[in-house]
Amino acid sequence: MLASLATMIELQGLTKRYGDKTAVDHLTFTVRPGVVTGFLGPNGAGKSTTMRMVLGLDSPTSGDVRIDGRHYAQLSEPLKYIGALLDAKDVHGGRTAYNHLLCLAQSNRIPRHRVDEVLETVGLTAVAAKRSKGFSLGMGQRLGIAAALLGDPEILMFDEPVNGLDPEGIHWIRNLMKGLAAQGRTVFVSSHLMSEMALTAEHLIVIGRGRLLADTSMADFIQQNSRSFVRLRSPQPERLKDVMAAAGHTVVTAEDGAIEIQDGDAAELGTLAAQHQLVLHELSPQRASLEEAFMQLTADAVEYHAGGPTGSGPSDVGAVPQGVPAGQPPGQQQPPAQEWGAQWRNPDSRKGR
Amino acid sequence: MANPSAVVQSEWTKIRSVRSTVWTLALALIVTVGLGALICAVINGTWNDRSVEEQATFDATAASFSAIVLGQLALIVFGVLIISSEYSTGMIRTSLAAVPQRGSFYGAKIAVAGALAFVVSMITSFLSFFIGQSLLGSHKTSIGDPGVLRAVFGAGLYMTLLVLFCIGVAGMLRSPMLGMSILMPFFFLVTPILSVVPKAKDVAKYFPDRAGQKIMQVVQTSDNHTSYGPWGGILIMALWVAAALLGGYLVLKKRDA
Repeated sequence: MLASLATMIELQGLTKRYGDKTAVDHLTFTVRPGVVTGFLGPNGAGKSTTMRMVLGLDSPTSGDVRIDGRHYAQLSEPLKYIGALLDAKDVHGGRTAYNHLLCLAQSNRIPRHRVDEVLETVGLTAVAAKRSKGFSLGMGQRLGIAAALLGDPEILMFDEPVNGLDPEGIHWIRNLMKGLAAQGRTVFVSSHLMSEMALTAEHLIVIGRGRLLADTSMADFIQQNSRSFVRLRSPQPERLKDVMAAAGHTVVTAEDGAIEIQDGDAAELGTLAAQHQLVLHELSPQRASLEEAFMQLTADAVEYHAGGPTGSGPSDVGAVPQGVPAGQPPGQQQPPAQEWGAQWRNPDSRKGR
Repeated sequence: MANPSAVVQSEWTKIRSVRSTVWTLALALIVTVGLGALICAVINGTWNDRSVEEQATFDATAASFSAIVLGQLALIVFGVLIISSEYSTGMIRTSLAAVPQRGSFYGAKIAVAGALAFVVSMITSFLSFFIGQSLLGSHKTSIGDPGVLRAVFGAGLYMTLLVLFCIGVAGMLRSPMLGMSILMPFFFLVTPILSVVPKAKDVAKYFPDRAGQKIMQVVQTSDNHTSYGPWGGILIMALWVAAALLGGYLVLKKRDA
């Protein structure tokens, strides 16, 4: 097996059209080793189609995708280079977990003991002799991950790995991905939830309607896309507003009567209020949620909105206290993120084939 | 390129690790041998009810293969499932991610399924013959008689080719339901019916099953006369098989998985 000198996935103008519908539109980016790269986009943005093209399952209409500088079909024993979990249901349910992994291992001349090892890694040893059609969603997902790990590959690719998993499973997958990246491997993982990405990914590739919208580090994305502001509350709101306006700040009044100032930091504003002997009941730095930033970024790339304005004034409910960028603890669902784009269906997205 | 023996080994693991393989092949053997034996016993018991002409042209070898027309339905299911279950389960994407050289994948699948079908078909045909003959009493023939060994071996060959034909067609259709709902009525109803309809039967003679079954006949009559001989018939069937397998290959090669 090659050393991890160039364990990258490189896309060059990758395009896939189904009739007059463009599922993937001139995607160019590189997935690098050592970090978890998040592949983010609304449902039907072309994430799965892109991943199928990486594996040579679908052929691109134009453009190119290479692994370690080679096309997927040029890899003689590909499971030793890249392990992928596209859809956990892509197994023959009549075959036992052990035999499923064994036939994959044999095709790539991976020693048999690896089957036992990966079963152990994903915690399926006890059900190795069971037919996979009886598996729960989480067990199926673990079997798919075992298959991806089989060849001890330097590149791993997961399509929506946490979908439908319970909190414990989600937690396990997150740690697994981080651990694999920490070993220097290339980890490419898709999701339609910004909050999920914020917890796992260090690098972020955002697509919408098949087009590249952002290719940036997670830190930069947070920096650039999450609007931060300071929220103040006072029993003398009118005077406070005058004082702040006089100091050159742009003042916005929120619905609940609080004052929001975008261009200033909390310490400076607090000092200013004290100098004018104003009583403050609240002085808190705020940051709009990443989910909101993601929605703004992809708003143009969404064909049909779920109804209601998606604009984000300073008084939007999406604001959360600074320091919790993802805005939610593990496993907890965030209703706006779930509903967002829910009515948008790309008829050619070919999900769940 | 993928290591051919590794891919063959993998396909062997796949084929032996699902129940449908064992069930369909076992069913083909039991039905063909069992029903064939029953028919031979009935013929022997009702021999005197037959006309003189029928008695004169009685083909003892072909009689022991009477049940192939029914037993082959199980072989059709086997052939169809070999390839289309990959599509219906989604396993095809996992398989092709492991072996992206689609020709190697397809070739290994055909080699393994073909070899297994060959072994089971030969066992079925020789068992059918010997059990059938033992029940025909004085009307039996011997494996040493002219053309008999050819017919028995040919029956095994016919069943193997039928499986390969189904693999190719199922590869083109990519769906078990579609594959079975086209192939089973075709071989069980369409060609047997067409082959007794005037004019149509001149065409039906060249259908894969009709042509392939020629090799099982030892006694030639004006009724079953064809322009091709036993090996010519197998050759015609082999051409059908080659075309079907090529079609299946092209579909696998060209279409997104």
